[in-house]
Amino acid sequence: MTTTITVNGEPRDIDADPGTPLLYALRNDLGLLGARFGCGVGVCGACMVHVDGTPVPSCDTPLWSLRGKSVVTVEGLSPHPVQEAFLDGQAAQCGYCVTGIVMTAAALLERDAEPSREAVMSALDRHLCRCGAQQRMVEAVLQAGRRDSDSDSDSDSDSDSDRSSGTGTEA
Amino acid sequence: MAALPKDLAANPILSRWITVHRDGTVDLRVGKVELGQGILTALAQIAADELGVGLASVRMRAAGPDGPDEGVTAGSMSVTDAGAAVRVAAANVRALFAGRPFAEHADEVDLDVPADPDVPLNAAGALVGRDVPRLDLPDKVYGRPRYLQDMRLPGQLFGRVIRPPSRGAALVSVDYPTDLTVVRDGSFLGVIGPDEAVVVRAAEALRAASVWREHDSLPDENDLGKFLRDGPHEILAVADDGETPPPDDATLTAIYSRPFLAHASIAPSCGIARWTADDHVEVWSHSQGVYPLGRAIAGALGLDPGNVEVRHVEGAGCYGHNAADDAAFDAVLLARAVPGVPVQVLWSRQDELSWAPFASAMTADVIATLGADGRISSWRYDVFSQGHLARPGYAGVPGLLAATTLAAPADYPAAVDPSAASGHGTMRNAVPGYDVPRRRITGHRLLETPIRSSAMRALGAFLNVFAIESFLDEAAERAGRDALAYRLEHLTDPRGRRVLETAAEAAGWGRSLPEGTGLGIGYARYKGRGGYCAVVARVAADADVRVERLTIAVDVGRVINPDGVRNQIEGGAVQATSWTVRERVRFDRRQVTSVDWLSYPILRFSEVPSVDVTLVESPGDPSAGAGEAAQGPTAAAVGNAVAAAIGVRVRDLPITTDAVVAAIDRMA
Repeated sequence: MTTTITVNGEPRDIDADPGTPLLYALRNDLGLLGARFGCGVGVCGACMVHVDGTPVPSCDTPLWSLRGKSVVTVEGLSPHPVQEAFLDGQAAQCGYCVTGIVMTAAALLERDAEPSREAVMSALDRHLCRCGAQQRMVEAVLQAGRRDSDSDSDSDSDSDSDRSSGTGTEA
Repeated sequence: MAALPKDLAANPILSRWITVHRDGTVDLRVGKVELGQGILTALAQIAADELGVGLASVRMRAAGPDGPDEGVTAGSMSVTDAGAAVRVAAANVRALFAGRPFAEHADEVDLDVPADPDVPLNAAGALVGRDVPRLDLPDKVYGRPRYLQDMRLPGQLFGRVIRPPSRGAALVSVDYPTDLTVVRDGSFLGVIGPDEAVVVRAAEALRAASVWREHDSLPDENDLGKFLRDGPHEILAVADDGETPPPDDATLTAIYSRPFLAHASIAPSCGIARWTADDHVEVWSHSQGVYPLGRAIAGALGLDPGNVEVRHVEGAGCYGHNAADDAAFDAVLLARAVPGVPVQVLWSRQDELSWAPFASAMTADVIATLGADGRISSWRYDVFSQGHLARPGYAGVPGLLAATTLAAPADYPAAVDPSAASGHGTMRNAVPGYDVPRRRITGHRLLETPIRSSAMRALGAFLNVFAIESFLDEAAERAGRDALAYRLEHLTDPRGRRVLETAAEAAGWGRSLPEGTGLGIGYARYKGRGGYCAVVARVAADADVRVERLTIAVDVGRVINPDGVRNQIEGGAVQATSWTVRERVRFDRRQVTSVDWLSYPILRFSEVPSVDVTLVESPGDPSAGAGEAAQGPTAAAVGNAVAAAIGVRVRDLPITTDAVVAAIDRMA
C-alpha cells in the first residue's frame, strides 16, 4: 500500500505497510540515512526528525500518521548553525547520537533563539549520549544560539540563508 | 641498531602501511580502528608530520585485509603502539623519497621493502601537539552515511537473529510459515529478507512461535559477593612482600564492590557478510580487531583464515568487547543461506543490553594497618572477579555468541585475563601506586560462571582504584589527616604528585562548602605505567545525590592532539560517573531483566556533571593513552565526595540515592 508524505519539501510515495515506522522508510526507501536506529521505542533520540517543525522520534512513528504532514530530516536541515557549532566545539565522540540531537537543538532554537543553559539541557534530556560528550553539546547549542542571533542582525550570512532554505519547507 | 616499534616489527613491509599516489597524496593503512575516540585523526597527524606533508594529503584507510595486523584496538595502547609504528614507517617513506616530490616519483620508489629502525625521525612537526579537528566528524554531524549500520551493498538483504529467551535455553521447535528465508542451526535462529521492517516483524513472529527449553542458571543478583567468592578460582598473586603486619598497629578493613555493567552503546551492534564461494566469506564489522575476528570465524567454521576477509567500518561508540564480533558472526551464519548476497544483521536494543558481554562484577577486601604516625604500615588486598577477556579466539575457542548455540555448539569457558604484559585484567591497578610496605595483593578469578564477561574500559582498574582510593580516604580519616595531604605523604612519584596537586588546586581543595556538599579526590596511574589522572568531584546531596562537577588533571606524556585528550578524559569521566551512580545489570535466576533504557538507565543531559580538564605537560615522556585513565579515579572521587558531603560511605556501587539513604539508615 502506498502512503504519500512530504519529506524535505518533496511529496514522496512510500510503498509499505502503513504501520511501518517512518525510520525504515527514510533509511531504506528514501536513502536518507542520517536518522539512526537506537532503541526502536522512541526513548534514545538517535532517530529524531521534525514533523511539522516538532522533534519526533521516527522509529516509532507509523507512516499512516504522517499523511498531510511535513517531515524534515537532518539531510533537509543541513547545513545548520548547530552543526557548525558542533564541529567548532568538537562536540561528539562516536557521533551516532548527534544527528538526532541536532534536530532537537534546531527546533529549540527555532522557538527560542537564545535559550538558557537550563532550557538546552531540558530539551536535550530526551536524548542519550553514551560517550559522555554532553557538556560540549550543550555548549555548542548555546554557541549556535548566540551565533544565530548575531546573524539575525546581519542577514546576509550564508549559514542563515542555508538554514532558512532548510526549514522553509515546513510551512 | 634500534628495534622497530612492536607493530612495525610484526608488519615490517612499508607498502603494508603506506601507498604514495601520483597526485602526491598518501594512503595510510593501520590496524587500529576508529571507535569514536579519534585515533585515525591522531595517527594522521603523526604520519603527516613524518612525511612532511599537510593533513589533507593523508587519507586514512580503515583496517582490513590489505593493511597491517595490529591485533585489537584496546587497552589505551593505540597512540603508543600504532603511533610509534606509523611514525617510523612514515619516516622511512620520507627517507626513501630522499627529498624528491611524492607526485613525480610515486611510481619509482619501491615501498615493498622492510622498514629501517634507524631512520632519523622528524623532531619538529607542524601537526603533532595541535588541536586538529577530527577527520570523521563532519560526515557524522551532517548525517552522511558512514556507519556500518548505514552501509547498503548492491542486493543487500536484512537479517535478524532470534536470540534464546535465557542463558542456556535450547530451541525445541518453531512453527511460523513465511516467504522469507529462515535459518536454523541448532538453537541459532534467524530470518532474512529484502525489506528491513518486514524482517523485524517476522523476527518477532518467529520469537512468538518458538518453543524453548529453559532452566535457571544465574546467581542471586543481590548476593554477588558470595557468587564471586565461592569459586573455584585461579589465584593471581601479584605482590607479596613476605612481611607480617606490625602487631601493635591499628587494623582497618573494608569491602568494596561493583555489579555487572553493560557497554550500552547508543547503536545496537551490526555486521555484514557475503559468501563469495563455499569456503570464502567477506565480512564488514565494527570489531576492535579485524584480523583476530577473521581468525575466530575461520576457526568456528573450519575455514582457512585467509578465506575470511574482515574489513572495518565504523560503528557507534565502543568501550570494549561489545557485541560487534557477535553480530559479524551472525551475519556470516545468515548469509551462508544466500550465497553471493550480502546480509546485514542489526541487533535489537534488548539483545544489545542483555546478550553482549558484560563487565564483570567484582568485590575487594582491604585490610591495612596504620602505624603510630598514621601512615599505612601494611596492606593486604584480595579481589574477586570473573575474567576480563573473552574476545574472539580467546582460550582456543571462537568466543562468538552464536557459535555456542549451533547444533554442534562451541564451548564458551569463563573469561580469562590479559597477561601482566598487557596490564592484567582482574589485577589491573590492584597494586596501589603509593609507597606502601608489607604488601600482599591477590586476585581470585572465577573459573566457572553462566555470565559472559569481557573487556570494558579500564577492566579491573575501575573497581580496584575505587577500592584503593576509597580506602585511602577512610585511612586518612582514621589518621586525622586531610585526604590530599595523606595521599601526598604516601606518594613520591613526581608526576603523580603533580596531577594530584593540580586537580586539587583547580577544584579549590580545602575551601569551605555549603552544607550537604562535599569534595572528594581520586587518583591513579593507569595500569601502573600509563597516564596519570587525578579527579576532584563535587557532590551535592539533599533530596538526591548529584555529581555537580569533576575537576581533572591528567598527564599522558607526549600529547598528539590536546583537544582529543580532553575529549577522551571528559567522556571517560562522564561515563564513569554514570557507572558509579546509576548502572547495574539486573537479572533474575533465569534471564537478564535490564533490557531497555528504563531498566538500564544511564546519565541524562540534565544529570551529567560539568567537567574541567587540565593537561599537565610532560612532552619528554612517551605518549600514553587517555581513554581509560579517568574511570577509576572518577568513581573514587565521587564516592569520597559523597562521604564528605553527608558523612556516610557507600562501598557498594552504584551509589544511587537509594543506596545513600540505606547507608544513612544503617548508621542511625
